[in-house]
Amino acid sequence: MNKKTLLALTTAFGGLALPALAEDITIMSWGGSYAAAETESYYKPFTAETGIGVVSVDADNPATPVKAQVDAGNVTTDVALFLISDAMRLCDEGQLMPIDASLLPDGADGTPAEEDFLEGTLSECMVPNDIYATAVAYDASKFAEGAAPSSIADFFDTEKFPGKRGVLKSPKVVLEMALMADGVPADEVYDVLDTDEGVDRAFAKLDTIKGDAIYWEAGAQPPQLLADGEVVMTMSYNGRIFNAAVNEGKPFEVLWDGQVYEWEGYVIPEGAPNAEAAMEYIKYATSSEQSASFSERISYGTPRKSAAPLVGNVFGTDIPMAPNLPTYPENMTNALASSAEFWVDRETELGERFNAWLLAN
Amino acid sequence: MSDVASQLTTADGRPLKAALASAQARAKRRAFFLVLPLLLFILISFAVPIGQMLQRSVYNDQFSKSVPALSQWFAENPKGTAPDEAAFAALASDLVLMKETRAAGDAGTRINYVVSGTRSMFTKAARGADKLEPPFMEAMLELDEDWDNPLVWNAMRSAASPWTFDFYTIAFDLERDADGKLTKVDETQRIYFRLFIKTFLIAGVITAICLVLAFPIAHLLATLPMAKANLLMILVLLPFWTSLLVRTTSWIVLLQGQGVVNDILVALGIIGDDGRLQMIYNQTGTIIAMVHILLPFMVLPLYSVMRVIPVSYTRAARSLGATSWTTFRRIYLPQTIPGIGAGVLLVFILAVGYYITPALVGGADGQLFSNMVQFHMTKANWSMAAALATMLLVGVLVLYWLYDRLIGIDKLKLG
Amino acid sequence: MVASRDDAFVSFEHVQKSYDGETLVVKDLNLQLAKGEFLTMLGPSGSGKTTCLMMLAGFETATHGEIRLDGKPINQVPPHKRGIGMVFQNYALFPHMTVGENLSFPLEVRGMGKSEREEKIKRALDMVQMGAFANRRPAQMSGGQQQRIALARALVFDPKLVLMDEPLGALDKQLREHMQFEIKHLHESLGITVVYVTHDQGEALTMSDRVAVFNDGRIQQLAPPAELYERPDNSFVAGFIGENNKLPGVIEELNGDRAVVRLENGELIDATAVNVQAKGDKTLVSIRPERVEFKPELIPAGAHTIDAEVLEVIYMGDILRTRMRVAGHDEFVVKCRNTIDQMPLTPGQRIRIGWNPLDARALDMI
Ligand SMILES: Nc1ncnc2c1ncn2[C@@H]1O[C@H](COP(=O)(O)OP(=O)(O)OP(=O)(O)O)[C@@H](O)[C@H]1O
Ligand SMILES: [Mg+2]
Repeated sequence: MNKKTLLALTTAFGGLALPALAEDITIMSWGGSYAAAETESYYKPFTAETGIGVVSVDADNPATPVKAQVDAGNVTTDVALFLISDAMRLCDEGQLMPIDASLLPDGADGTPAEEDFLEGTLSECMVPNDIYATAVAYDASKFAEGAAPSSIADFFDTEKFPGKRGVLKSPKVVLEMALMADGVPADEVYDVLDTDEGVDRAFAKLDTIKGDAIYWEAGAQPPQLLADGEVVMTMSYNGRIFNAAVNEGKPFEVLWDGQVYEWEGYVIPEGAPNAEAAMEYIKYATSSEQSASFSERISYGTPRKSAAPLVGNVFGTDIPMAPNLPTYPENMTNALASSAEFWVDRETELGERFNAWLLAN
Repeated sequence: MSDVASQLTTADGRPLKAALASAQARAKRRAFFLVLPLLLFILISFAVPIGQMLQRSVYNDQFSKSVPALSQWFAENPKGTAPDEAAFAALASDLVLMKETRAAGDAGTRINYVVSGTRSMFTKAARGADKLEPPFMEAMLELDEDWDNPLVWNAMRSAASPWTFDFYTIAFDLERDADGKLTKVDETQRIYFRLFIKTFLIAGVITAICLVLAFPIAHLLATLPMAKANLLMILVLLPFWTSLLVRTTSWIVLLQGQGVVNDILVALGIIGDDGRLQMIYNQTGTIIAMVHILLPFMVLPLYSVMRVIPVSYTRAARSLGATSWTTFRRIYLPQTIPGIGAGVLLVFILAVGYYITPALVGGADGQLFSNMVQFHMTKANWSMAAALATMLLVGVLVLYWLYDRLIGIDKLKLG
Repeated sequence: MVASRDDAFVSFEHVQKSYDGETLVVKDLNLQLAKGEFLTMLGPSGSGKTTCLMMLAGFETATHGEIRLDGKPINQVPPHKRGIGMVFQNYALFPHMTVGENLSFPLEVRGMGKSEREEKIKRALDMVQMGAFANRRPAQMSGGQQQRIALARALVFDPKLVLMDEPLGALDKQLREHMQFEIKHLHESLGITVVYVTHDQGEALTMSDRVAVFNDGRIQQLAPPAELYERPDNSFVAGFIGENNKLPGVIEELNGDRAVVRLENGELIDATAVNVQAKGDKTLVSIRPERVEFKPELIPAGAHTIDAEVLEVIYMGDILRTRMRVAGHDEFVVKCRNTIDQMPLTPGQRIRIGWNPLDARALDMI
């Protein structure tokens, strides 16, 4: 009996055995392929196991409606999927419930949860669900064997690699990449960026590609830019490039150097109607097994160290998923964890400066 | 004249004015009840939100609601007083309160708007606030040496009152220095006011192009037989009926470096393969796409005005000896001014407020002022978004006023 | 006054016009106009009058044929170089200009100096008694006032030829009659040539030197008013100009231009042959109501008389209008002056009527 039929059977019997003892919970998430992966890896088995039904709600960014719900004192969401930056912000503002990490299940190898999660990813109000990276990607067919860009510095080297580049239109990630390309080691990036000289240095580096930059905002744009041949390389969310490569057979490669990774995860809004069941769900979904299953369906890394070895092939294929994940050890040699703390403080100022820089031609 | 009228009476001796008023009162009441639903709708959907927006741009209690002690200290000590131990004690007690109500992030955010990098000072300090011991000044400085930064204290003093002009200060690319004097922000940080000017300039260019393109189209529509005119009208209105994304995607397909237009130009040998024109992801792209979208708003009012200009005016002018150019300039053009005015105002106001199209096809140049409004809205900085939106509103109202002065608003014909 | 082809001021030669390439709106128009003449184009709606005027003004091109002005072909001359003054039915006063500016416009485009312009404007305005209105806008004036301004504007630059397309159509009867007089007066005092379009026959008759009656894209008759009225060339003209009794019949005798016509009931009448060729032709005999006589002493000796039954007598002040049944037709009208010695007629009365054969015209059958 394969895993899938087992799942189906438990779902069926579970539904019979435990007729909706608990109330349904409402989970707000990104929708699309993300929610599809959640449904298969979390919602269905969770309902099968506990009898708690899941109502799935989509949002462009769940933080916005959740904040509105809490502000209005009319919370209908039990669990929401937040970016770490939003989670930190709303947590500070008292709009999310603190989550005691010690209640989370141990890792598959028995490591206590608080040690099992990658360092710095656990925070007061959020349990991380996945890690995604913004990295440089390119069309391998456009470069001769061995002549493809191989480091983040190459992205900023317009002599060696002439042509347009796709650049994310946001100071976050872009400034960090500029500094890394300029030779700042990943673990010093935020110290440098915290000084005025560091910011100047990052913008000076950006100046070198300003004339060759095509800016994008929506995640769907970079694969399109690559496919149309508009750019020789582009910053992109790794999952988008992976999709284009696996689903559409495009010869796109992710350059695992100088990428910036961030994580997102589950939060419980203050005043959630079914907070207890919500916590049960989070415990279930962020366990090693479920997390690994999720990573097989979408190319976002699991934040649990113990889950990494459990990640098998890309769901439904025989391509191993692990090398495509931002958390794959070999992909992590020069990677930077985005600092939500830094950006909460500096986003307004650097956002203004970035916009002013864009404006000044 | 009015004296005489007020003395006139009806046959039964009632003053004429009073009689007229009572005779019309019923009709007026009926008319009022008929428009009442619309009035309420406008009030609820328009006047109230705009009022709220205006209020939000000058009212923000994110900080003030959490700092009772500090507010009192500010009230007792005049502006310019250096913070003393009492001030830090007040701050410490407010931080304890913030920890309890988990309001430190909110309060810090408010100060962070004015002095960058201060939000974490509040969240960190609040976390350990209940363990702070006197002397508070030292203890706080221990936590972060920036706690005696006069900029922070000035910002706190200002934010201790919910009523504030801080957001307008920022919107005009200004800041207060340690002495509280307004100065321009650093060159590299100047964005809002410059973008404001740029937005109005781009909107002006778009409006001008729309006018130049729409005038002959509208004239053609107005003079063509009805059946042909209707067909052409459908072409003009097509952008209305196309979804934004489809439209944008088509522009990208057409205009990008490897796009159709460039391919054709290369194939015709007009440009070299390495000299492909950059027509999208820059200002050109923004202008092309926005002209396309806004053109109908120029064509329609022009058309509705031109359609009712009798051909006999131009014929009369010609018979009086005017060349066709003079006829156009002195007879036809002046009569289309109500349509030009309406179209220009409409297109300009819409262009000033656009943000999706520029964001998608504009590249680095593609930001307009509204993108900043949207930026702050996604960051939940309502006050800043409101201040910027108010600037936009005022800018448009000023233009409207100018229009009224120069041309006269009564000469506006929208359709 | 009738111009010959060579010294004509305006001439249309075999002019045809079609808008759609399928039907001819103007069919073979030939017309010569002498300098100083007042010619009216009269005809029912859609008969092509405006089209002719527009071809002359240069706003429509003739599909075929030639139009000459002062001896020179003008088919290729653009409208603004033709120097023709024009008055439109809706006046076409420029709404965004004052009266003064409206009048100044044709002078400005001719590059005239300011003082000269002012003098001419003043003269033109005085000419139409509108001297005090120079600063008004068209919308601030009554229809009659606008009409005068339109007239002044068409005349202010001293055109040799002025075209007017139903200029008085929008005015009430009294004002119209007054303006007719003024236009006629201006025409005479300025010595200009006028082509005037109307479908009011009274207007045409009172004002014109000659009238061209249009129908169906052709000139049916071109003649001075009196001739048109008294000697219509065909039954269309007879029916179109003034009131007319029409009696259908067959030519019984034809002797030079004297004809005897047998009516449908067998009675015989006298008539002048105009449009009939031979004995046995069908014809329509046209007699003006005021030329019918019923007092035996007024009927020329030897003339045929026929039976009539009085159906109705309408008192109209200056005249008495009597409707009779004649030869089976109920619509036969007789008008007589309301004089003291007039013989009273009463409904039901049977009388005999007759006329001078010169007054009855045997025309074509339509
Ligand atoms: N621009 C045009 N296009 C097509 N047909 C036209 C046009 N102008 C006039 N016609 C047609 O030509 C014919 C003559 O029109 P015209 O305006 O000359 O008549 P008119 O004698 O001036 O009539 P009215 O007394 O009503 O003004 C009419 O059948 C009319 O429908
Ligand atoms: Mg006409």
